[in-house]
Amino acid sequence: MARQARWWQWLGLLAALALLCALPFALSNYRTFQFTLALVYAIVLLGLNILTGYNGQISLGHGAFYAIGAYTAAILMDKFGVPYWATVPLAGAVCLVFGFLFGLPALRLHGHYLALATFALAVAMPQILKYKGIEEWTGGVQGIVILKPDPPAGVALNQDQWLYLLTLAVAVVMFVLAWNLIHSRVGRAWMALRDHPIAAEAMGINSALYKASAFGISALYTGVAGALGAIVVQFVAPDSFTGVLSINFLIGLVIGGLASISGAVWGALFIQFVPNIADHISKAAPWAIYGIFMIAFAYAMPTGVAGFLRLAWSRTARRTAGARAQA
Amino acid sequence: MANAYRALAAALAASLTLAPAAHAQKRYGPGASDTEIKFGQTMPYSGPASAYGTIGKAEAAYFRMINDQGGVNGRKLNLISLDDGYSPPRTVEQIRKLVEDEQVLFAFQTLGTPSNTAIQKYMNARKVPHLFVATGATKWGDPQHNPWTMGWQPTYQHESQIYAKYVLKNRPNAKIAVLYQNDDYGKDYLKGFKDGLGSQASKLIVAEASYEVTDPTVDSQIVALKASGAGVLFNITTPKFAAQAIRKVHDIGWRPLHFLNNVSSSVASVLQPAGLDKSVGLISVAYFKDPTDPAWKDDKAVQDYFAFMKKYYPEGNAADGLNAYGYAVAQTLVQALKQCGDDLTRENIMRQAASIKDLDVPMLLPGIRINTSPTDFYPIEQVQLMRFDGKTWVLFGDIVSR
Repeated sequence: MARQARWWQWLGLLAALALLCALPFALSNYRTFQFTLALVYAIVLLGLNILTGYNGQISLGHGAFYAIGAYTAAILMDKFGVPYWATVPLAGAVCLVFGFLFGLPALRLHGHYLALATFALAVAMPQILKYKGIEEWTGGVQGIVILKPDPPAGVALNQDQWLYLLTLAVAVVMFVLAWNLIHSRVGRAWMALRDHPIAAEAMGINSALYKASAFGISALYTGVAGALGAIVVQFVAPDSFTGVLSINFLIGLVIGGLASISGAVWGALFIQFVPNIADHISKAAPWAIYGIFMIAFAYAMPTGVAGFLRLAWSRTARRTAGARAQA
Repeated sequence: MANAYRALAAALAASLTLAPAAHAQKRYGPGASDTEIKFGQTMPYSGPASAYGTIGKAEAAYFRMINDQGGVNGRKLNLISLDDGYSPPRTVEQIRKLVEDEQVLFAFQTLGTPSNTAIQKYMNARKVPHLFVATGATKWGDPQHNPWTMGWQPTYQHESQIYAKYVLKNRPNAKIAVLYQNDDYGKDYLKGFKDGLGSQASKLIVAEASYEVTDPTVDSQIVALKASGAGVLFNITTPKFAAQAIRKVHDIGWRPLHFLNNVSSSVASVLQPAGLDKSVGLISVAYFKDPTDPAWKDDKAVQDYFAFMKKYYPEGNAADGLNAYGYAVAQTLVQALKQCGDDLTRENIMRQAASIKDLDVPMLLPGIRINTSPTDFYPIEQVQLMRFDGKTWVLFGDIVSR
């Protein structure tokens, strides 16, 4: 039975991947652009899941790492002429360092205090980005406009399709890495620290190193996503990265499903498309409609979309197994 | 032989009749059809610059009036106006939506210097007309690098150079303080002012203070500027902050020679909230008729404007200069579209916008005409100084050209 499930899982995964690859050829450029952003958010939520879902450290400040990644890419492209594809790993590296450095003092904080500290980072970010001292690099209030990259020579795609497929490729790589990490010794250490920190330490897990590295890896993911996001939107400005962005990431995380890799995808689809749907439903109070959607999702699926699907799957599996046993 | 000549004559005659027919062929870009012209804009209906939102509403009302009168060349004008909250990232998002999702023919009067800076490269890369932008920054008149972007109002640098010349002439030894918004709009005004003062700039300007558009107030900056001992103040602020600044200057007992940038000269949106008695003596420039000025009481253009506001935008404040501004720009657009005839491609729209000759928009001050050419993307280049007397703006001096 377990063998069969794995075979089905692989088939489903390949089918989903094929569908995702075909998407830009079936939809308009604008929709492709929206789905590319959804993929970017999926990478962010994956990073956030590593930190909050698997390691239990709440962060309300991932918008700040997203901003750092985005600005790194923008400054490298605008001021130093670095090709766009090279800025993505560089942004990830910069955020890895920042994340780790932030994770070290954060070791002293738990639960609500950690949430507050990370939120402080998120709220401070726009002001820091507007700071006159670094205005020469960041462009101040005006931000930085980036030129949209062209697909490499010989590839018969338009710019939006190329960016979508590039983002999809990066997302797949990040997801595979995350899956490996979670199912390895490191992932088990993280989960142990989340569930029973004292027992974990007693067993010899270096709590400080693993918790700080969780922050670092999580920030790396968010930085990579930020760089991709900047390239796709072609514009970075301090007001793109307010505290609301961090809250949105947390919303996506919870709605999608904590401690779940597939949850990142569901959460990303939620935070990208539900505000647009809410806008269509009501021009006067779109955020109220968005709130209603959030409440409905939280009420109907308390363990997130991923949790709900897992529950539904196991229920149908049990029912068919039961039926088969009876037959 | 005669037969050959006759055949040639017949062929020539036939080709002549065909030529005008080919000329009258309809050509449409995205958003244009036999029945409508669809175009878009972003306006700050919410956020720190929401006082300007009334401009979008006045323009929409004007196009409704034109549609009631039969439209332009038989086509209805369909304006899609979206809120960007004066936030450049939202402007980028909404413009992408307008161009790629709604497929508008062109963008009209997108408002805000930082907002337009964010979308300028995109509009020019996509070759979508970025017309009559609602900002006076000097960089919009650059057909060589940005052939699809065109402003409308007199440039900020031109305006502040006029203030500088006034100071040099009337208060040559004054100490000057400047308050400016820390973005491209504020810096454009500041540059023009310093250029106008020339070599005296560093000597005369004793204090500069800036603020962010997201700041709640500018009171502390005003106090700091007064402490510099300046006798002249150049106030480069958008309406919300202009009202705060004018009120604070008066309340702390400072009576400088106070220049107010034209974008915040609206009596209804700025001077009334600040306090009309506190605004006496303010100097600014004008290029269109202020509806509150009794000098225009019997002017036909102003009477038409009041009738239009009463019928089509009754919830708007007819005395608000911002509405008169929107009315005047909308009139300019209708003229440009009329010139396009049946060729409603993006290229032709840009071509017609860049070939307006001596257009007399009735709402503009007498003597001010709109002129554009392929090398001149500054439609209005003339202004006149005005002083506030406690009730209305009073024009003085002559019309000054760039």
